[in-house]
Amino acid sequence: MAENITLTIDGKQVSVEAGTTLLKAAEQIGVEIPTICFHEATTANALCRICVVEVEGQRLLQPACILKAGADMKVRTRSEKVVRARRTILEMLASTMDLSDAPEILTMMDEYGANADRFPQAERRESEVKDDNPMYIRDYSKCLLCWRCVQVCAEDAQYTYAINFEGRGYETQIGTFFDRPIPETTCVLCGQCVGVCPTGALKPKREYLLEQGVSPAEISVMNTGRKRRAADKRG
Amino acid sequence: MPEIDTSTSLTPLHPAIESYIPLGRSGLLPALHAAQKVYGWLSEEVAAEIARTFHVPLADVHGVIEFYSLFYNEPIGKRIIRVCTDPACALKDADGLLNHFCSHHGLEPGQTTRDRTLTIEASPCLGLCELAPAALVNDEAETNINLQTDSYDLGRPPSMVYGPIRLLTFNCGDGTTSLAKYGEYAALQKARGMKREDVINEIKASGLVGRGGAAFPTGVKWEGAFKAEGNPKYVVCNADESEPGTFKDRILLLDDPHRTIEGMCIAAYAIGANKGYIYLRGEYPYILPVLENALREARGAGYLNEDFDIEIRLGAGAYICGEETALFESIEGKRGFPRVKPPFPTTHGLFGKPTVINNVETLCNVPLIVSKGAAEYRKIGTEKSPGPKLFCVSGDVAKPGLYEIPFGVTLRELLDMAGGVANKRKLQAVLFGGAAGAFATLDHLDVKMTFEDLRAAGLPLGSGVVMVFDETRDMRDVLKRLGHFFAHESCGKCYPCQMGTQRQKEILDRIAAGKMLEGDLERLQDVGWTMTDASLCGLGQTAASAVLSAIKLWPELFKEEGGRVKDEERGEKKEVRGKKIVAKAKAVKAKVKTQNAKKRTTKTVKSKTPSKKTKSDKSKPGSKKKTARKPAKKR
Ligand SMILES: Cc1cc2nc3c(=O)[nH]c(=O)nc-3n(C[C@H](O)[C@H](O)[C@H](O)COP(=O)(O)O)c2cc1C
Ligand code: SF4
Ligand code: SF4
Ligand code: FES
Ligand code: FES
Repeated sequence: MAENITLTIDGKQVSVEAGTTLLKAAEQIGVEIPTICFHEATTANALCRICVVEVEGQRLLQPACILKAGADMKVRTRSEKVVRARRTILEMLASTMDLSDAPEILTMMDEYGANADRFPQAERRESEVKDDNPMYIRDYSKCLLCWRCVQVCAEDAQYTYAINFEGRGYETQIGTFFDRPIPETTCVLCGQCVGVCPTGALKPKREYLLEQGVSPAEISVMNTGRKRRAADKRG
Repeated sequence: MPEIDTSTSLTPLHPAIESYIPLGRSGLLPALHAAQKVYGWLSEEVAAEIARTFHVPLADVHGVIEFYSLFYNEPIGKRIIRVCTDPACALKDADGLLNHFCSHHGLEPGQTTRDRTLTIEASPCLGLCELAPAALVNDEAETNINLQTDSYDLGRPPSMVYGPIRLLTFNCGDGTTSLAKYGEYAALQKARGMKREDVINEIKASGLVGRGGAAFPTGVKWEGAFKAEGNPKYVVCNADESEPGTFKDRILLLDDPHRTIEGMCIAAYAIGANKGYIYLRGEYPYILPVLENALREARGAGYLNEDFDIEIRLGAGAYICGEETALFESIEGKRGFPRVKPPFPTTHGLFGKPTVINNVETLCNVPLIVSKGAAEYRKIGTEKSPGPKLFCVSGDVAKPGLYEIPFGVTLRELLDMAGGVANKRKLQAVLFGGAAGAFATLDHLDVKMTFEDLRAAGLPLGSGVVMVFDETRDMRDVLKRLGHFFAHESCGKCYPCQMGTQRQKEILDRIAAGKMLEGDLERLQDVGWTMTDASLCGLGQTAASAVLSAIKLWPELFKEEGGRVKDEERGEKKEVRGKKIVAKAKAVKAKVKTQNAKKRTTKTVKSKTPSKKTKSDKSKPGSKKKTARKPAKKR
């Protein structure tokens, strides 16, 4: 089965096993392709499109995270079109959400010369911090809709199905059934979602409280003292 | 399990959804539709009960309700008026109409009267463009609305069908064609006497390509599904027709449902499918009984039987569900997110099985090809674009309607057939192919309408939209509406389109309002190119198509000093489409969000003044639709 395929990436030839994605093939020769939504532990949905590359003969840019290497493919990972798409996606992200807890994306922005203020008067996706359970907080102003939390909560790991999507298009947000607080959902507080979240949108409660200036001593009282914080912001 | 407030009696729910239970998750949309018919909206209790009954996770059910514009998780009026504000209707003062309705009832678009008798919403194109301005009033089409004369047509929309040939539309224009009148499925009988491969070869030889927008060779598609491993196989008819400006499938289905059904039967025979679906857009509820009756007739005559039968699925307000893989997801009871391709539907389609999905018009060509034979069929049209083609002509023409012509007729000839530009004005532009299309101008009048000539001219045939704008029209306003359409309809899955349609809309809003910022043109282009190049599906890939074509044709429109347009006249009325008004409010100031989840749909107006309340109260009982909101009569 392990048939090999030879292709060219940025002018360099590389031989990979059949079934290898362009992302992995590029890695083998030290060509780095940026990713946002891709994660080893979740099913790839190819939705952020930051990994797009130009494949000779194809009109559209192709997502390297899922496209399988093909024999004699000629791939360009930094063509003008590619860079324009990546830069614009990053600029749109910056005009949409709070990237302060997403250092990797900030680094990417530097790399692609993306201007965080490219889109003036843009409507941002903002929401208040949801602090409704003892384990983690949800700050969807920082959510970049990578879908990973929904995926690990469902078939990719936990089969709990506590969260899904609300709205559609630009107004899409991650949410629970009729916005119920986490303790009133099927959530088992496994923390898998927090583990895969690439930004600070899902954050361990402790970390969040420390950031808010709450002292470790106070936190330990809270944690041992009661199951749910009474001072829920939601009310 | 948390406690559930059971203020709503669940007793009537079960009889309404029972028949869908065997469908499992795939029965979710039908069940939600049925529940909404009973209760008017989908409350938390009802949604939870449906989740339990269908063994679908609660959060998923909520996610599905949230995705589709026609599902409401907050009470709405007993009567709901959806006024189309897309370009063809806008030319006929749809905004004025909407404002008129709204002010009469003291509502803002998207709001419900306090007594819950009435909700008024702005809507994307309703597929009634040739009868503009148009609205959908509950399940009925209201067309040719004229406030001056206080007249309109309510009920079955009239079919205006023209053209030098009447092959696909042979039975159109005179009410629904019964099976008795349609006659026996002669082409199906002929096909069944042939080998499956020969049927496929005949379709291949005919040169038929898909009429849903992508122009993929139909025979090749069928062959793929025929050869694909996997059982069962499906035939799906794409009747989601939601491309602004498109209404051909509405007329084909309403006037001649058997032609589509026969086409599906032939496809099923060719690929060896034993199950078919017709996915009908949710805004065509009035076609549903017609189709159901036609299916009954076809069953009665034995054309549909245990070897092959067809089920109808009703969409629920999502343009994206016309995209084939999103459509499959929707039938499967999910949010209409397009899938990554490959794999393609021919091998991994509906329920992951080999599937042929074709547009209504494509399927209507099939009986014609089989009965005539490919060679004879190819005598229609041109060498490279054989066959008849339907064009949906709307906007500023004297005779808007459905035109059946052979491929190869020029745009000028088509417009002449349609009586030319209305009111003796001059032509400014034609939106060609739909919202996802491009603009043509006077320079394109002699382009032959064939796939090859149009491609050379940079005009996508799309779904056959020819929307005409006269010299007086403000193209910035048209672009703004297209921008709003795509922002409203993006599914939100992939970044370029999810954010790009929003940014594009914002910039087009500024341009239309004469408030362009420095650098907006470059922003618009970068966003447009990025969506085109990098989006996951056809929606994002074409969401900037018309805008980019306009930039090429009319660079002056995108200059800051360019003509200011009656700013306050078109008043930045906020995004007014149904749920969206609240959805937007949510995005901007989600801070105000309370834990009460019922936030995303229409708001109930806390009547500010007693007079308003009286007004809306008046509209309630008995008062005929007409008087209910035609102050023209009252004032
Ligand atoms: C956003 C989007 C919307 C679409 N809407 C429709 C539609 O309403 N009807 C349709 O037949 N095809 C629609 N299509 C095209 C379908 O994906 C598919 O190509 C078509 O149903 C195939 O049938 P055909 O080969 O007979 O054209 C749409 C595509 C996209 C990307
Ligand atoms: S909350 Fe985090 S993991 Fe979930 S979609 Fe948003 S960014 Fe991704
Ligand atoms: S292009 Fe738009 S509609 Fe298509 S998957 Fe991306 S976000 Fe969804
Ligand atoms: S990393 Fe490939 S699309 Fe997101
Ligand atoms: S029905 Fe209004 S534009 Fe189509």
